[in-house]
Amino acid sequence: MNFIEDLTTNPGITRALPEAILETLQMIAISGFFTLLIGLPLGIFLHVSAPGGLRPMPVANRIVSDVIVNITRSIPFAILMVSLIPLARLITGSSIGPIAASVSLTIGTVPFFARLVEAALRDVNAGKIDAALVMGSTRMQVIGKVLVPEAMPGLVAALTTTMVTLVGYSAMAGIIGGGGLGRLAYNYGFQRFDTTVMIVTIVIMVILVQAIQWIGDAAVRRVDHRTAATAGVRKVRRHEPDTTIGV
Amino acid sequence: MITVTDLRKVYRQGNREVVALDGVSLEVPKGSIHGIVGHSGAGKSTLVRCLTLLDAPTSGSVSINGAELSSAGHQDLRAARRRIGMIFQHANLMDSRTAVQNVAHPLEIVKTPKDRIRTRAAELLKLVGLAGFENAYPSQLSGGQKQRVGIARALASDPDVLLCDEPTSALDPKTTDEILALIKDLTARLGLTVLVITHEMHVVKRICDSVSLLAGGRIVEHGKLRDVAANLGSELSRTLLPLPAAEPLGSGAVLEILYSGDRASEPMLTSAARRFDLDLNVLAGSVETLAGTQFGHLRIQLPDGADPAPLAAYLEDQGVSVRAAGKDAA
Repeated sequence: MNFIEDLTTNPGITRALPEAILETLQMIAISGFFTLLIGLPLGIFLHVSAPGGLRPMPVANRIVSDVIVNITRSIPFAILMVSLIPLARLITGSSIGPIAASVSLTIGTVPFFARLVEAALRDVNAGKIDAALVMGSTRMQVIGKVLVPEAMPGLVAALTTTMVTLVGYSAMAGIIGGGGLGRLAYNYGFQRFDTTVMIVTIVIMVILVQAIQWIGDAAVRRVDHRTAATAGVRKVRRHEPDTTIGV
Repeated sequence: MITVTDLRKVYRQGNREVVALDGVSLEVPKGSIHGIVGHSGAGKSTLVRCLTLLDAPTSGSVSINGAELSSAGHQDLRAARRRIGMIFQHANLMDSRTAVQNVAHPLEIVKTPKDRIRTRAAELLKLVGLAGFENAYPSQLSGGQKQRVGIARALASDPDVLLCDEPTSALDPKTTDEILALIKDLTARLGLTVLVITHEMHVVKRICDSVSLLAGGRIVEHGKLRDVAANLGSELSRTLLPLPAAEPLGSGAVLEILYSGDRASEPMLTSAARRFDLDLNVLAGSVETLAGTQFGHLRIQLPDGADPAPLAAYLEDQGVSVRAAGKDAA
């Protein structure tokens, strides 16, 4: 049986693959959504509560920082995921399947994303925050109208990196019960030595990561007005300012 | 009116205390432009941050039109800050907002109706000479244009007071003069009270009515521009009317003289020379018009062996400030 023929007849591809792709996309979408929902406020909190921040809270900042460092640095993701199975069952009512896997995926990527958010916010020039405060902005207005919009290119890039990481994590989650492409590669490629399915899975993963990166980069260009090259989306009428005063 | 009373700011650096402001008091009357000059490290930046309570002063008070800032709660402080327009060295515009959206920012935070914001922001851009640039992002504007947007934004909340923190220090000389002329013009038209913090004496010469010299966290000299300039020998007078270093030519006595106003238009130096039959040599000079008054600051040398006392007495009699300058006076 040659490779091309195998592609069209192998049940691992004709039957299992579409479902696996769907499950992977489901995992990435659900955990991506919740990572953004939880990670963005957490990253904002980390930045704002840091010493010298908009609202310094040294103790709370320390505690949250330590928890995040321990989740991301001390516990390997595979172990974290296994340990979170009871929690997944509690929340989703099941310990297997893409929805259950999304719980541990979310908890695994939130700290990662929150750190990236914090770094992106740190890049916002302090002078802009001063300007907003002197205007009489409340702290919430500074966050909503200055910090987040000004950090938007960095935030979009952070989300892109997180989504790419999620693709990798979701494959790992697949092996321990989440399903999706990770499961497919493991069942067919590893347990049955089905090379065709293995190769197809890898190609799809690469395409998926590329697609996320392309979309992310395009989105960054769209929101980035920091340099004249990226700001030139709209044409500006060029003429000398008609000065109101004679010098 | 801006009133600052005995403002102190002490920073802690480990176990060390750093006194950044050591009892600064000043008053800027309504409608006037006051300059605060000083070298870097004199406390200028700290003073700006304390004036707007971006940093809390250790003690002392700041009040704007009678509203006390230093003791105000969050809400009162925000209300008071809305009465202040501020211009920064690097404009500090939001890169994610267009020019018109930047100007609209202070109006948005007080929930001004949308159509009112749009007309007002466009009006302000026109006022600063940027009509037609509404939809430009800051990255598409030159330094001077950015600063104009910054000025329009500062004026959006109809402030009583304009604080300028090194407004032209990042601009080239021509743009500097344009921006200064704009600030002066707007001050007159809108009846603003302006405080300009700068290290550039040029800014003071161009627009200020009065000036304070900040050194070591204290105001060491202050007064109306024409008074401080006329005070021969003072640091402000020396920086306002600088004399280039020049070696005396021989051993004759050297005098430094300063005259202003009507005196400046009279040929009193030549008449004095004639009167005492002396050949005077001008070693260095600086003639400027400050706050509408002409000033002349000269270093002159008498011939070898001539007694400077009668000449000095005569010139002083004519209303000219005179002091002896040693050979190292440059």
